[in-house]
Amino acid sequence: MEGASKKRGSSNVVKYNKWGYIFLLPFIIVYGTFQLIPFVSTIYYSFFENYRSGLKQIGPNFIGLENYHSLLSNADIWKYTENTFVMWILGFIPQIVISLLLAAWFSDPSLRLKGQRFFKTVIYLPNLIMAAAFAMLFFTLFADSGPINAMLTSSGILAEPYKFLANTGSARALVGFMNFLMWFGNTTILLLAGMMGIDISLYEAAEVDGATAGEIFWRITMPLLRPIFVFVLITSLIGGLQMFDVPQILTNGKGAPDRTTMTLIMFLNNHLFSKNYGMSGALSVILLIITGILSFAVYKFTTNQENYG
Amino acid sequence: MDNRRIKTGASVTTRRVIAYIVLVLITFLCLFWFYILFVNATRSHSDMSRGFTLIPGGNALANWDSLMHSSQPVLLGMRNSLIISLSAAVLTTYFSTMTAYAIHAYEFKIRNAMFTFILAVMMIPTQVVALGFIRLMGKMNLMDTYIPLIIPAIAAPATFFYMKQYMESTLPMALLEAARIDGSGEFRTFNSIVLPLMKPAIAVQAIFAFVANWNNYFTPALVLTTDKKKTLPILIAQLRSADFLKFDMGQVYMMIAFSIFPVILVYLILSKHIVGGVAVGAVKG
Repeated sequence: MEGASKKRGSSNVVKYNKWGYIFLLPFIIVYGTFQLIPFVSTIYYSFFENYRSGLKQIGPNFIGLENYHSLLSNADIWKYTENTFVMWILGFIPQIVISLLLAAWFSDPSLRLKGQRFFKTVIYLPNLIMAAAFAMLFFTLFADSGPINAMLTSSGILAEPYKFLANTGSARALVGFMNFLMWFGNTTILLLAGMMGIDISLYEAAEVDGATAGEIFWRITMPLLRPIFVFVLITSLIGGLQMFDVPQILTNGKGAPDRTTMTLIMFLNNHLFSKNYGMSGALSVILLIITGILSFAVYKFTTNQENYG
Repeated sequence: MDNRRIKTGASVTTRRVIAYIVLVLITFLCLFWFYILFVNATRSHSDMSRGFTLIPGGNALANWDSLMHSSQPVLLGMRNSLIISLSAAVLTTYFSTMTAYAIHAYEFKIRNAMFTFILAVMMIPTQVVALGFIRLMGKMNLMDTYIPLIIPAIAAPATFFYMKQYMESTLPMALLEAARIDGSGEFRTFNSIVLPLMKPAIAVQAIFAFVANWNNYFTPALVLTTDKKKTLPILIAQLRSADFLKFDMGQVYMMIAFSIFPVILVYLILSKHIVGGVAVGAVKG
C-alpha cells in the first residue's frame, strides 16, 4: 500500500516538478543580480588600486594583495576591531545576564509571575525603535546641556555637567548600553523559548529531590539550554560586527573621542563615501571571512543539534 | 556566587518579590527615555534651557508647526520611508513564501542544493557586499532611485527560512494533491490555497520586514542623494550633523518623536503577534 502510493507520488512529481523551478525563479534572478554579482565583484575590487586623490582618479590597477597588506599593516583596523569588540562586550554581558534571569523567571512555574505579556511587550519595544533616532535621542539627552546632566547637577549628584561624549569610557559605555537596551528583549524571548522546550518532568523530579531554584537553574536549565545559548552568542557577535547606526549617529560618524568609538563598518562606510574602492573591497572581504567562520559555527552547531533530537 | 547562594535558599514569595522589583526597574529603564522624549517634545526651547522637569509642557503644537516649516523635508521623508517599507514588506513576504513553497512542495534536481545554499548565505550581512552593490547600481543607472531599496527584498533568505519552517507544520501535501485533482493550476493553488493558509506567518514577517526597512540607514544613505527622496533615518543623521546649537530643541525632539512614535503605536496594537513571532522563529534551535 505504502509502496504503491509512493510510486504514484513520484510520477506526479515528474509532471509537476518544473513548477519548482518556476516558483524559484524570482529568488534566483533577484538574488543573483543584487547579492551574488555584488558579492563576487566586491572580492574582485579588493585586488585593485582604485581611489580618488583630490580630483584625480587613481587606477583601477591590479595590485594583487597589496590592499590587504596596507590595510592589515596599518594600526587603524586593529584599533577599530578593538573598539567594535569592546562595545559589543559592554552590551552583551548585561544583555545575557538580564536575559537569562528574566527568561528563568518567566518560565518558572512556581513563581507564577503576573503581567508577563506586559513585561515582554515592554522589553521587546526598544528593538523596534529606529536605531538612528534612538542614537539621536541619546545624543540630545546626554549632551553637555541635556536633560540627564541637568538632572544630575540639580539633584546634587554632580557638581558640573559630565561630558559623556567627550570621554572614551562613557562614550563606549553609552553605545554598549544602547545595544543592550535594543537587544536584551529579543534575547530574553529566544532564551525563554528554549527554556519552555525543556521537559517539565525534569524540573518536577528535581523539586521532589529537594533541589533549590539555583541548583535547578545551573544543573538542569543551563546544560539543556547550551545550544540556544551558543546560537545567541554567535548571532550576537555577528550582529556586533555590523554595529554601525548607533555609534555613527551618536558621534556624527567621527567615532569621537579620538576615534575610540569608530567601528569596522563605520570604517567601511568612510571608505565607501570617499570612493576608495580597493580598500573598501579588502575590508569587506576580511569582514566576510570573519562572518563566514562565525556563521559556519552556527550552522554546524544547529545541524548537529538536529541529528541529536 | 554569594548572590546565588542567598537566592537558592530564598522562599518562593521572596523570589517573587525580587522578580517583580527587577521587572519594574527594567520596565523603567526601557520606557524612561521615551517618556523624556515625550515631555521634551511638548516643551519650548526657552522652557527647556531653564531646566528639566518630568511634567509635559504645552508647546507641542508650536513645535510641530516649526518642524513642518523647517528646512528638513520631514513629511516627504515619512512618505518616502512608507513607500519603501510597504513595498519591501509586500515583496519580501509574497516571494519568500513562493520560494519556500518551491522547496517545500516540489521534488526537483537542485532542490536540496538550493536549500543548503540559501541557508548558507543567510548570515551574509548586507554591509559587507555594499561595495559591489553600490557600484553595480551605478552601472545600471539605478543610483538615487528606490529600486535598489525595494527589489532586493524579493530574495530574503531569513524570511524564506521562517516561511519554510511554518509550511512544514501547517501545509499538508494532501491538500495540494486534492487541489490538483480538482483541476486547480499550480499558480492558482499557490495564490488561493497556500497564501491564505500562510497568513499568520505572512503577517509576522510583513511587520518585521516593514520595521527593518523603516529603520534601515546604511544602504539608503549610500543610494539616495536627492533631498526630496531621502528617508527618515537619513534626515535624522543630517539633523545630527548640522550645527546642533543653532537648533530649536523643541523642534529637534519633535522630529525624533515623529520618527519613533508611529512605530511604537503600531507595535502596541500588534505586539501580541510580534512577540509571539520572535519565539516561533527560535523554537527550532
